Amino acid sequence: MSEYILEMKQISKEFTGVKALDNVNFKVKKGEIHCLVGENGAGKSTLMKVLSGVYPYGTYEGDIVYEGKVQQFNKITDSVNAGIVIIYQELALFPDLTVYENIFAGNEIKQGAFIDWNETIVEAKKLLEKVNLDVNPETLVKDLGVGKRQLIEIAKALSKDVKLLILDEPTAALNEDDSENLLNLLDELRKQGITCIMISHKLKEVISIADSATVIRDGQTIRTLDASKGEITENTIIKNMVGREIQDIYPKRAKKSYEEKVLELKNWSAYDQKLGRHVVKNANLYVKKGEIIGLAGLMGSGRTELALSIFGNAKAYKLQGDLLLDGMPKALKHTSEAIKAGIAYVTEDRKGDGLFLLQDIKSNISAANLQGISANGVINDNEEIKVADGYKTSLHIKASSLEQLVGKLSGGNQQKVSLGKWLFVGPKLLILDEPTRGIDVGAKFEIYTVMNKLIEEGMSIIMISSELGEVLGMSDRVYVMAEGEIKGELPIEKADQEKIMQLATQ
Amino acid sequence: MTLINDVKTLISKNIRDYGMYIALFVIFLIFTILTDGLFISSRNISNLLDSAGYIAVLAVGVMLVIVIRHIDLSIGFLAGFLGAIAAILLMQHGLPVYIVIPVILILGTIAGLFTGFLVAKIGIPAFVATLAGWLIYRGAILQVTEKSGTIIVQNDAFNAIGNGYIPSIMQISGLHLLSLLIGVLGIIFYNLSAISNRRNKIKYNFEVVSKQIFILQLVFVSAIIAAITWILAGYNGFSWTVMIILLVVLVYHFLTTKTVMGRHIYAVGSNPEAAHLSGINVNKITFIVFGSMGLLSALSGILFTSRLQSATTTAGTLFELDAIAAAYVGGVSAAGGVGKVTGAIIGAIVMASLTSGMNLLGVGISYQYMIKGGVLALAVIFDVMTRRKGH
Repeated sequence: MSEYILEMKQISKEFTGVKALDNVNFKVKKGEIHCLVGENGAGKSTLMKVLSGVYPYGTYEGDIVYEGKVQQFNKITDSVNAGIVIIYQELALFPDLTVYENIFAGNEIKQGAFIDWNETIVEAKKLLEKVNLDVNPETLVKDLGVGKRQLIEIAKALSKDVKLLILDEPTAALNEDDSENLLNLLDELRKQGITCIMISHKLKEVISIADSATVIRDGQTIRTLDASKGEITENTIIKNMVGREIQDIYPKRAKKSYEEKVLELKNWSAYDQKLGRHVVKNANLYVKKGEIIGLAGLMGSGRTELALSIFGNAKAYKLQGDLLLDGMPKALKHTSEAIKAGIAYVTEDRKGDGLFLLQDIKSNISAANLQGISANGVINDNEEIKVADGYKTSLHIKASSLEQLVGKLSGGNQQKVSLGKWLFVGPKLLILDEPTRGIDVGAKFEIYTVMNKLIEEGMSIIMISSELGEVLGMSDRVYVMAEGEIKGELPIEKADQEKIMQLATQ
Repeated sequence: MTLINDVKTLISKNIRDYGMYIALFVIFLIFTILTDGLFISSRNISNLLDSAGYIAVLAVGVMLVIVIRHIDLSIGFLAGFLGAIAAILLMQHGLPVYIVIPVILILGTIAGLFTGFLVAKIGIPAFVATLAGWLIYRGAILQVTEKSGTIIVQNDAFNAIGNGYIPSIMQISGLHLLSLLIGVLGIIFYNLSAISNRRNKIKYNFEVVSKQIFILQLVFVSAIIAAITWILAGYNGFSWTVMIILLVVLVYHFLTTKTVMGRHIYAVGSNPEAAHLSGINVNKITFIVFGSMGLLSALSGILFTSRLQSATTTAGTLFELDAIAAAYVGGVSAAGGVGKVTGAIIGAIVMASLTSGMNLLGVGISYQYMIKGGVLALAVIFDVMTRRKGH
């Protein structure tokens, strides 16, 4: 038997005229962790969907050889029965069901016609132990954090006798602790002989864990790198991913200093009535014209909540303290007032609360500033196309037309649409919440370049980011938050990873 | 032939939009053949449109409610109740028509806003809030008609809304002149706006369809307007009901496709959280949509009472479900954010055509329900299939 558990040969897949995959060859050795890297829209997810039967046999060209046999998966259950389990970025758990119900959902342990709940709980406990998760199996999934939910997905996969585990950006939504935990678990599974394919944008992870890495670009396999030959380095991966070498991931900008404070918060607190606790406590912060403020901290440290409390109190918190815009105290009671006052907020969750996925690109770009393309409440369709076309060009949004539905775009392009929507508002202060999450290196660079251009034009930016490299590379000043409080302010010259993490974990 | 290819791509690209029109055409064709042309006669078409009126206006309103992911079950009995109030004001209090109609429309709007308040501010699921309304208005209509039973409306001006026709000015060889004039104006207006629209697009260097296709479009739509006008002018001309439907369609079509408010409605429907973060006042939109629903319910009540020339104790029964069915036949999506005014109207006309055609053929009422149910299911199946394939 060959050393490969999986060989995908000459796979091609077309979507109405666009070649998503073009003669892709992809081989995975038994028992290895194989990372799949590439820019957004390069075809990684499509390839995995071909493998798992989401795109059934016959809708693609080429052969899938799995465990030495050519496979014809017509639906997802076919691939699951063969031991291939895929875990998507958006987890597929039932929040209102318990952990054990979730683990065995669709794979129930039965005694005759009935479910054997006792046996289910016993088995669930065993599986939870396997994934090093110490929770009561009767906990509801909605009461668990993202990191733990991810582990439950893996426990679920293990319950199905998985031989080939596919993870689509498993750590994208996790903080550093949870990420490390997950990578350790993958390492352990490798020792137990489970093969794993992992799609990831985090090169550090790839370098630390992968046995091999295959780079996909524009629907084609570029190269498979081998860790044992020392080929998996940041430089080689990036070079192969983008087809060029990026000298500097974080582009430089001309430093101009202004003194005017665009925004200032004094003793700012926000109380969440639903949670029954303060999400922001006594924050003092200011943003000057023409600077990027990095807002660092771990997940749940209150950064997004702080942003939303500034942005017209979007979540209806009980607020205390003063908010000053251009030195004047202001009370912004609705998102529309914040927009009018020159504040824009680009959400971290573009699919959830950022974009209108069923609407086209132009309607999305104009959505927050319909006044800008209308007179007396009547929309000028032509003006809208013109504006949207402008952003499509300047932000390099890749799409077949402005009428394309935003839900069909890749993550990077969706983020650019989101950014275009908020730039069209013409803000003075742009709040970017995880602006490059789930985005490939090339698109990241483009977004950084846009940010620099905006700063040079005199805009101010608050950038919330969990990527320390990004915070250090782009900010002029850094605030670190933990537990709703601002734990410290660091000028960029004095900031480094250790200091930030120290403050963030206080 | 490039022209034929162009037409083909145009149709396959817009199959979802054209599907309903094709379906309506097929239904008309089948009934016309089966009834030896009786179905397409001026008189039948005129009656068909008049009988579709009170459901059509409800369908437009409820389409928007469904677009913002809610539902309104109370509209049928609200229409019936307000129709009864109109009859009472006219007959028992002797108020003139020009006061009664605005009063009823305002009452309807207030009722709708109240539903909006329950849904938007208090946060009651629309299904439950309007189910309560369904019960309350049903009781209310019984209450106000309890003593008198059916209230006969003896007011010619009011009854003309559901039964009368616009004045003719002059008959030209048996045709209704004013109706012809309106048809001609409609054609001119359509052509002018289409041409200026195209010119604008060319000015901005945007993609437009080829010239042949464009002319074909103009000719096609003009011919349809001409045909409808011709058929109606052959009987008594445009009825007041048809004029009201046209007005509602024009106003709502404009509001939903051309205005900021319309965009906000669809934005709230496709993603309420994103709409909120885009500075859109979701509560305000919910109020507006339910308020408009109340207004149209009142209009529906007026149309129905006027058509029957009386207010009955059971007026409004099942209107809400007929209207919801028409909206779904017209392509509204339960997931929110998708639906068209023209679709809802066509949906209502499709359902009314089925009733009318099957009545002419003498199909039993039991079969009528089953066939209409089948058509509703087919329409939604078609919608789902084309959506999966398209884009």
